[in-house]
Amino acid sequence: MAEIIRVGMADLKVANHPAILTTLGLGSCVGITLYDKKKKIIGMVHIMLPNSRIATASSNKAKFADTGIMELLEQMLALGANKKDLVAKMAGGAQMFAFEGTNESMKIGQRNSEAAKMILQNLGIPLVGEDTGGSHGRTIELHSEDGRLMVKTIGYGIKYI
Amino acid sequence: MANVIGIKDINSFHLDVLKEIGNIGAGNAATALAKMLDKRIDMKVPQIRVMKFSEVSDVLGGAEIEVVGILLGVQGDITGKILFVLDMRSATILVNILMGKNVDEELVFDDITRSALQEVGNILAGSYLSALSNLTNLRIMADVPYLAIDMAGAILSVPAIEFGKNSDMVLYIENEFIYGTDSVIGDFFLVPDEISYGRLLSALGVA
Repeated sequence: MAEIIRVGMADLKVANHPAILTTLGLGSCVGITLYDKKKKIIGMVHIMLPNSRIATASSNKAKFADTGIMELLEQMLALGANKKDLVAKMAGGAQMFAFEGTNESMKIGQRNSEAAKMILQNLGIPLVGEDTGGSHGRTIELHSEDGRLMVKTIGYGIKYI
Repeated sequence: MANVIGIKDINSFHLDVLKEIGNIGAGNAATALAKMLDKRIDMKVPQIRVMKFSEVSDVLGGAEIEVVGILLGVQGDITGKILFVLDMRSATILVNILMGKNVDEELVFDDITRSALQEVGNILAGSYLSALSNLTNLRIMADVPYLAIDMAGAILSVPAIEFGKNSDMVLYIENEFIYGTDSVIGDFFLVPDEISYGRLLSALGVA
């Protein structure tokens, strides 16, 4: 049995095969995962906000898409992953409450997803699976065996991406 | 700078004051709820939860538990969010009492149920904030309520994200309402924006 490692909000973890990384109840937050196809090294970050520049002070890199993905990549490489073998997946970025109007801070889920995509693109890491948006929560599980990402919801079933 | 108390500066005396705020606000809200339901409603001693984000999702006994969340923005001299969270069983009991139905009747989340729950949120938030407003002489009011039925972690993350912009910790003032012998009706969270803590505390002369 692979060890199941939990990733909390504003948290990140990396692991060697065999392992399962999971984060529970993603709302507007986004879970971004990296997988080394050859070495089966896995990593997951649970980010809350798109950009570390909007924060006044923070020591927690995993909180933001920009610093979180960079830190995740560094820790993957430190475990022996090769950047060229990495593929990314992501899930979350929902809008849990149906706020009307154009209040920007309420579209945080969408902004989180967009920021994460842009950072991955800049890093040249292909995004091979995505389940973002909507208005429902998600639990995700990344398996080192084959890099599959399980996305579990209430009312929208379970799927693998 | 005066008036600006960050979460990390909060001491045990401040926590006691915040707890008292929770007591007074929730006491008023519990009375309003009791009137609305025509039932006796009790509440537990409020809890001030200062925690890391990684701990947030477990507050309600598990990030994946399905809950009803009613969220209202707080406006005026202090800003922030109010979140009232009920588990599915409590939501069922509450709506059925309101509708004059048998408490065990299965709940259908149609428009009527949703607006009943939003109205509960309105009344609780309104009475909580008016008590807070009287106590502090600050102008505080609630926006319209929004409803979500989903995983507890996903719902609790909404006010947590607001904190994330300025802090690595989150502070919730939590009240549990009790109906009957010990059935929890719901958890009421007041989550002022970080800057509002200083205002709340200084309005009470303790900052």
